[in-house]
This record gives sequence, structure tokens and C-alpha cells, in this order.
Amino acid sequence: MTSLTLSQVTKCYDGVTALDAVGFTVAPGERVALLGHNGAGKSTLMKIILGLIPATSGQVEVLGAAPGSQSARTGTAYLPENVAFHPALTGLEQIRLYLRLRGYEPALAMNLLERVGLGDAARRRIGTYSKGMRQRVGLAQALIGQPRLLILDEPTSGLDPVSRRDFYAILDGLASEGAAILLSSHALTEVEARTDRIVILSQGRLMANDTLAALRRRAALPIRLQVSARPGSADQVAAQLSGGRRNGVMVDLTCAHDEKLTRLGHIAALQGLIEDVEIIPPSLEDIYSHFSRRDDQ
Amino acid sequence: MTALIRLVFALGVTEFRIALRNRWVTITVALMALFALVLSAAGSAPTGDVGVDALSVTVVSLTSLGVYLVPLMALLMSFDAVAGEVERGTLSLTLTYPVSRSGILLGKFAAHLAVLITAVGVGYGLAAIAALATDPEAVAGLPALLRLFWSSILLGAVFLALGYALSAIARRPGAAAGLAIGVWLALVVLYDLGLLAAVVADGGGVFTTKALPWFLLANPADAFRLYNLAASEATAAASGLGGAAQTIPAAHALISVLLWPIAAFGLAVAALRRVTP
Repeated sequence: MTSLTLSQVTKCYDGVTALDAVGFTVAPGERVALLGHNGAGKSTLMKIILGLIPATSGQVEVLGAAPGSQSARTGTAYLPENVAFHPALTGLEQIRLYLRLRGYEPALAMNLLERVGLGDAARRRIGTYSKGMRQRVGLAQALIGQPRLLILDEPTSGLDPVSRRDFYAILDGLASEGAAILLSSHALTEVEARTDRIVILSQGRLMANDTLAALRRRAALPIRLQVSARPGSADQVAAQLSGGRRNGVMVDLTCAHDEKLTRLGHIAALQGLIEDVEIIPPSLEDIYSHFSRRDDQ
Repeated sequence: MTALIRLVFALGVTEFRIALRNRWVTITVALMALFALVLSAAGSAPTGDVGVDALSVTVVSLTSLGVYLVPLMALLMSFDAVAGEVERGTLSLTLTYPVSRSGILLGKFAAHLAVLITAVGVGYGLAAIAALATDPEAVAGLPALLRLFWSSILLGAVFLALGYALSAIARRPGAAAGLAIGVWLALVVLYDLGLLAAVVADGGGVFTTKALPWFLLANPADAFRLYNLAASEATAAASGLGGAAQTIPAAHALISVLLWPIAAFGLAVAALRRVTP
């Protein structure tokens, strides 16, 4: 049983293909990150899942029902990108309204706002909130009534690092209670590797759908070894290791994953000439670029 | 059904709160009170000549005022209703909740109607008090004032709903505001000028006798004015404008006044259904 199933989902706008046969699933308790550049089709895909716009072709099943159906909407929570609530209302009033719309007691509002760290600002008007605080109001409304599927469009944009960590802690709690989570982001670093699976979209096509570890393996990007030589011996080190000299003391080497230990052995043999060695694995950005730009190359 | 009532109530309370904080309630109540008092003071002069009570005279003046002011207040309150939510991104969020689009509009409608009822009630109520204080005969004008009150609310309802429809069509608050002013000018000001020009050009021909009454009934503002001026002899006499009013039975004008709010709200729901967030 999956919470969300997409297969061959295609969306065309006036001859432009925004989504091209996209298919993946999200299981209960699973946190899936949907990555892609601006215009990659993330928001379009989310709106199709929410039933706000229809797909041109393909199948979507949300909690065992059609997208936008009463039962799908009842079990699904959504956080739109850059949502700005009415500035004249307080956070408390706004959440009380959303609770009422879902048929819950408005008295639960304070509890929800405290969960997202807005307890102190609850009675202030949203017009006085910072972007991060507005984002928290959005998150608070997404927590109403233990949703079984959460669709979060760039939820961490505008959040400072501490808020972002709090945000992921809340998501972890929801996932451990069995909620399926699909969240979108511009970059792999934004999701901080705190998701179970990564789906990468590029120009409407699915480029990858795997765990971060598997993506790392599949990308097989070179590892960088940064050797700092003792003063005056940089040239000798560079020559012996056949690497590039970057400045007076640093020598840069790259190697494939399976050559790493051999290379380290060579470096260790030069012990008298070097001071230190740094191993730099491919960054999240490198991996993301590898998958999202594979097309253009 | 109870779910819909709960939804309309929840949205209505929130919208009314927004109207209070945005000063719409204060502005509309103050505007209506001020104009009603000014008209009461100015309208008390000709009472003796036409032989009707002070309140009936005031009702005629209020009819002329209401036909301009009530649609304007309604459009100013409603033009942002959909476009503002589209801009803030809250419309797409609300639409993912288990609520219907017509329910969302009904909630806003209930709140804005409550603001209009408050403003019009205060304005007309002050006019009644002023008339009764100066002329004991003014009690005779109360039925006409009551009729003016609920027909003003219906007129306001038409322009609230038209405002929502424009808001949904425009999608942007700025464009919606422009459209709202355009519709107000077209229906309330230019429409009558156009008819007047046509009547003058026609010189009492077929247009004036056959088509004109239907053109007047087709416009909610004209139907409102006709209904209020034709419904009682006192107001008709006080207005001194029996001509057009007499060729159209009050019942026809009433039907137009009653049908327009329903048609306009239907139009608003249809326009909102077409919005893809």
C-alpha cells in the first residue's frame, strides 16, 4: 500500500511539455525530496497531486483515491511555496480558521503554533511576521489533524539553519507516525540529506529516483584528495603523485572511489614531505548537478 | 449541509474581522451616516409644497444616493476577494482543504453583506430618526424606508457578487480594482446617460415606448430606483418623476431586483470555478 502513486504523468501547456511521463511512489512513513531547478516541473507535479490542475495523461492515486477527491483532500496537507497569509489576521486567528475548515476544534490552534515555535507571536498580526515566521504558520496549518500525506513546496526556503533543523525534526516525528512526505527543493543541500529518497526532475523528466547513498554510487564522481606539502617540497610532491600544484604548499589530486586507498598509500609513502591530507567526497551539489544536468552535456 | 454552514460561518467571521481591521466597517458606516444626515437636513425644506411627509421626501433623496453609493461600497469591498487570495497564495491552499468553491464565496459574501447591512442600517436609521424628530407625520414614510433598506441590501449583494466575478476574472488586485470602477461607471453612471441620449435621438418613437422599459429593468441600479420610486404613491409624488416609473409596473422592477443577486452570484461562482490556482 502506497500513499502516493504516480505513473506516466504528463502535463502539456499550449504545446509545452511541463511534465513528461513522470512516475514514482511514496510509501507511508517515507520522506521523499523532489529536486529540480526553477521550472523543472515540481510545482506543477504537486498541483496535479493536490487535484488543483488535471494531468494531460497518466495515473495519479492519492491515499487510494483520485486527486482532489473529498477523501484525498481530507487526508492530505499542503504547504504552498511563498505563502503569505492575510496581514490583518493574527497567527492564532489564521490557524483557528484552518482548523474550522477541516472540522477540528479551533482551541487546538495554540498547541499547533507552539509546536512550530510561534507560541509567543501567536497573538500578533501576520503583517508583522518575518518570512520564516510566515512559513511556520504555513507549516502549522499543514500539521492539522495528523495528515497521512504532506505535500510541501519549498518548505525550507526562507528558514534559518536552526529553524530548518526544527522543521526536519517535526517532519521526522510525522514520518515516524506513518505520514508520507513529499517535499520539493532547489538543491540537495537544502534537504540536508534528511530525506529517505531523492527524486530529481529536469525539464519535466524524471532523472533520478533513489536514496542519496545509491545516487552517490551511481554518479561515481571523483573524490578529491588535498595534500599539504611541507614548505619547499610542493613541487616534489606534485611530481611524485602526478597531481596539480595549486599554490605554494597545496597539491590537488582526484581519483575514483575504488582507487582511493591505493592513492592514500602513495601519499603515506611520502610522509617526510607532507604535513596533512584532506579527503573531500563529492558534495551534494556535485551529485545534484550530475543528475539534473545530464541532459545538457 | 451542516458542514457548509460551519464553513460559511468560519470564513464569514474571519472576513468580517478583516473588514473591521481594514477599516471598511468604519468607512462605510461613517459614509452612510454622513450622507443620510446631510440629505435629511437638505430634504426637509420642500415638504409643505408637495404635501407628503418628511420621511418620504428623504426616502427619495436616499434612493438617489443609494443607487450610487451602495454599489460603490460593495465593489470596493469585493474586488480583492479572489485576486488578493491568488496573489497571497492562500487560494490554492484553501482549495486543497475539503471545502467547495461556492462555499468559499458564500463565506465572504456573508461577511461583506453584514458590513453593508450595518452601514445601510445605520445611515437609513439616522435618516428616520431625523425625519421623525421634525415631522410627526413621518411615520407614514416608514414602509417606504424599510423597502428602500432591503432593496439597497439586494442592490449591494448584486455588486458584491459582480465584484467577486471581476476579481476572479482579473486574478490581480490592481486589475480587479480597475475593472470594478469600470463596471460601476458603466452600470450606474454611463448606462443612464446612454439611455437618455437614445431617448433624445428617438424623439418619442419605438425605442422610448417599447425598448426603454426593458433596458431600465435589465440594469440592477435602474430597477432598484424604479422599484423604490414606483412602489408607493407618496414617493412617486415626492420624486415628481412619475413618467418613467408609471410605464413600468413596480412588480416588474421587483422581479429584476430579486433576480439580479442570484444571477450575479451564479456568475461569481462560475468565474471562480474557472480559476486555476
